[in-house]
Amino acid sequence: MSRLLVLFFAFVVAPLSHAALTIEITQGVDNPTSIAVVPFSYSGGDSLTQNIPAVIESDLYRSGQFAPMDQNDMLSYPHMSQDVHYRDWRAVGAEYVLVGRVSKIMGPMSIQVEYELMDVIRQKKILSGTVKGYSDKLRAVAHNISDDVYAQLSGIRGAFSTKILYVAANNVSKGQFRYRMMIADSDGHNEKTIFESSEPMLSPTWSPDGKNVAYVSFESGKAAIYTQNLGTGRRSRLTDFPGINGAPAWSPDGTRMAMVLSKDGNPDIFIMDLDSKKLTRVASHFAIETEPSWTVDGKGIIFTSDRGGKPQIYKANLADGWVERLTFEGDYNARARLVPDGSGLVMIHRRNGKFHVALQQFENGRIRLLSKTDMDESPSIAANGAMLMYATQYRGRGILAAVSIDGSVRYRLPSSSSDVREPAWSPFFDKK
Amino acid sequence: MIASKPAKLSAALLFAAFLVTGCSSTSTTDGGGDSTSSGDTAYDSTAQGQAYGSDNVDSSTSGQDAAGRIGTIFYFDFDKSELRGDVRAKLNEQARLLNGKSGIVRLEGHADERGTREYNIALGERRAMAVANYLASQGVARSQIETISYGEEKPQALGHDDSAWSQNRRVGLSYSE
Repeated sequence: MSRLLVLFFAFVVAPLSHAALTIEITQGVDNPTSIAVVPFSYSGGDSLTQNIPAVIESDLYRSGQFAPMDQNDMLSYPHMSQDVHYRDWRAVGAEYVLVGRVSKIMGPMSIQVEYELMDVIRQKKILSGTVKGYSDKLRAVAHNISDDVYAQLSGIRGAFSTKILYVAANNVSKGQFRYRMMIADSDGHNEKTIFESSEPMLSPTWSPDGKNVAYVSFESGKAAIYTQNLGTGRRSRLTDFPGINGAPAWSPDGTRMAMVLSKDGNPDIFIMDLDSKKLTRVASHFAIETEPSWTVDGKGIIFTSDRGGKPQIYKANLADGWVERLTFEGDYNARARLVPDGSGLVMIHRRNGKFHVALQQFENGRIRLLSKTDMDESPSIAANGAMLMYATQYRGRGILAAVSIDGSVRYRLPSSSSDVREPAWSPFFDKK
Repeated sequence: MIASKPAKLSAALLFAAFLVTGCSSTSTTDGGGDSTSSGDTAYDSTAQGQAYGSDNVDSSTSGQDAAGRIGTIFYFDFDKSELRGDVRAKLNEQARLLNGKSGIVRLEGHADERGTREYNIALGERRAMAVANYLASQGVARSQIETISYGEEKPQALGHDDSAWSQNRRVGLSYSE
């Protein structure tokens, strides 16, 4: 069942790029859709810094649902739909053909790509579009096209243009670590450090509009919650109460922040109104309450509590304070995140002493393990709900890994230089 | 690759010194390897462990030898914050040393790497609070005690096995005038 596609996926990368995260696809669907991404024409004269079709191919391949065709197997290299001879493409086994033309245009966004997607079986054009972009951000242009193609063929909005936030840690000398808050494209490219400290950082999270992030940092000698604007880089300390200041989570409307504070003696869930900074306690108990996240409608909080003796997932209704327990199987269920359609949750579930990413569907209550690794942490679901990323260990190092919500597709994102952990997958950056 | 040998060694010395139960036998056989331990943190530098210089020290004597030294590490069982018998004995000694002193006692709570990070922060705090409450019950002023939890963020041993985990489930006590 675990069909090994390719162990290492080579990207077309500029030679000087030192992308620390690489992608290793370990499992795809059994019968991936064959798509031919034909090399695009370019009328600009100079040479492009990125091979746009190669980025599209790697996006579609990484989804696990597509098998991009080797360019050497193509009988022709058309750039326009009218030059696509369906019989030829059917002969080489392509189900879909993507062609495109890159040109230079006036304005700050100086690159334009026109593309057309053809269905070989039905012998017709099913999608065409034009994407504009900056000449130094051609990967973003390619991800936009991938998003459109993926949506057309799968019926699910593509999330190739999203980003990931995560923590990289390096042991610099005896007992001394360097912690970096990192941001990268969802394929691991364009990695940037947004904050660096000799003290730990954890629990990064995104604002719903993708413009700000929040995280916990020990830089002052104790835990505090910081927010940081990604455009300006400006940081501000949101909370600095005695004890735990942890697990920030923006409300879906962006006006409130759920968090964990232990200022009153033990960890409880609070919601802070971000304008007034006023705190409301959500779930108070002498037990541990932690790891809050919001229901899709913003009317409830799900969280981890060991009020029953062992950590389990609970849901608090904000209107009336009603708390209900959501997980019953096993003696360790923690850090849950609802899937975007609200039909279930993903969490860390312990089974036989191993910690796995697991999905629980509310309909039948059943728990399904999504990971094959056993030291998993921090599942974070992509904005389109198709994949989730989590932290685990591989060959003694902390790495990021991804799995589709149905468990059929898997890939790893190890870092060449650091232990990486705490992935937070961004929301969509534009409303569609 | 095992990156935790020296951490195991130095921590094992501490471990052996503090534990009445003596369940550190597996880790004390390790030695050498590359250096990755966090052995120079404040509470380690009080050098109680090194004072014995041997894996085979009778841990029941540690209280006497530690006289005059404030600062040590207390270990915990998996997913537990209850104080073990050996920890209580050690805390009684620390409380006696702290008696009449007015400095600040800092308690750093830690967890092993298993489980989720924020839950481990909470677990580390619970361990630090358990130590704080016990010290308070032994006459140390509440106002002298501060607690912080690092959860699994600052492991003492970097390995991914039972030996490393047992060294990482801990509360470190340090004292400053």
